[in-house]
Amino acid sequence: MRLVNGGSGTSPPDDCLARNDWICGEYLSTRRHMLVDATVQHLEITVVAVAIAVVIAVPLALLARRWGWAAGPVLALTTVLYTIPSLAMFSLLLPVYGLSATLVIAGLVLYSLTLLVRNILAGLRSVPEDTRQAARGMGYGPIRLLLTVELPLALPAALAGLRIATVSAVSLVTVGAIVGYGGLGNLIYSGMNTYFKAQVLTASVLCVVIALVADVVLLAIGRLLTPWTRASRA
Amino acid sequence: MNLLSDSWNWLADSAHWAGDNGVWHRLAQHVTLTVVCLVISCLIALPVALVLGHLGKGGALAVNIANVGRAVPTFAVLVLLLLTPLGQYSEGPTVVALVLFAVPPLLTNAYVGMRGVDREVVRAARGMGMTGRQMLFRVEVPLALPMIMNGVRIAAVQLVATATIAAIAGGGGLGRIITAGFNLASTPQVVAGAVLVAVFALVVEALFELVERFGPGWLRGRRA
Repeated sequence: MRLVNGGSGTSPPDDCLARNDWICGEYLSTRRHMLVDATVQHLEITVVAVAIAVVIAVPLALLARRWGWAAGPVLALTTVLYTIPSLAMFSLLLPVYGLSATLVIAGLVLYSLTLLVRNILAGLRSVPEDTRQAARGMGYGPIRLLLTVELPLALPAALAGLRIATVSAVSLVTVGAIVGYGGLGNLIYSGMNTYFKAQVLTASVLCVVIALVADVVLLAIGRLLTPWTRASRA
Repeated sequence: MNLLSDSWNWLADSAHWAGDNGVWHRLAQHVTLTVVCLVISCLIALPVALVLGHLGKGGALAVNIANVGRAVPTFAVLVLLLLTPLGQYSEGPTVVALVLFAVPPLLTNAYVGMRGVDREVVRAARGMGMTGRQMLFRVEVPLALPMIMNGVRIAAVQLVATATIAAIAGGGGLGRIITAGFNLASTPQVVAGAVLVAVFALVVEALFELVERFGPGWLRGRRA
């Protein structure tokens, strides 16, 4: 909280809320529960959407890898979905899901798919044919080959896609404010209508912080999961 | 399937296409915004990227700008700008926000394209006695053009999408039809607006695809 020496004498409660400052400690302390609720909703929507996207993207990428002809249509379809503006995407799904958090999650899943499928496929394709044949020569069956050789080697590319998808999803959640499920976007939206500067700035900064923290966390997880990439770099 | 026919009827009603809130006017706003912002963004990003790429400096800068750009919600920037003195000018916040979001892909792609030019070729050009300026405009830029165009394409599509979000913050453009539909609690109008926006975005993407396939040779490039 900041100390204010009442100078201008415009309004009796001369604190930063009354003066509508951009940065306001008073706001943080009085609306803490609101900020926490919005942040929790923001995180929930992002995590659920990205998790569903991963679950869908892995089989799609494997299909596209196994049957070459499937790669074109799968990539084309996900790219077309990516082109559709987020506001339109959420609105187009409105008849299906109504005004719900599911609506925002469904839209985000569709966006994340493009990035994930593309990256997982690129990762799978980058596995050297020699490595695959060596594993086969050692008596690996197709499932074991996939789980213990191909997928781990595809991991760095897949995780790069996951990081981009997550960071984009965090910022796209805000658009969900149009249907009332935008996490911190809700605060930005209501702050816009009431000209509440502290609320808009605080929520915006929190969005960026969440995105950056998520990026760093995924980077760390990636390092833990792929120790061999570190070894080769050192 | 009532909703689909209702949305179709909304689109078919010529009253919804005319006037200040009509589709044609909103489309014109959307196109104007997109084109103006694309031109401004190119004027800002391309000279910087070309010079940095030519000098071989600032790679980390270009990549970091692109990453931070993705983390910042467009909607938040729009509303923040709206609450600053800039908000007094009707399209001011929208233009600034759109330009901010179009610059990173332009910068990154142009820079990467410039650095991707074969060093042997550049050295050969230098060996032939070309000056720095000649090398830039006769060798590096033509060879980097496919990547630069790819950046312009990404920026353009992103601009179309972002101009839609501007409508939530009271800006013009096609998104306005959707937000107006929400305010009227008219789902058919929301869906009709969404279809229009989606079709427009796809048309822009298709136009770039056509230019890449059949455009004049200097514009055409293989996609990386």
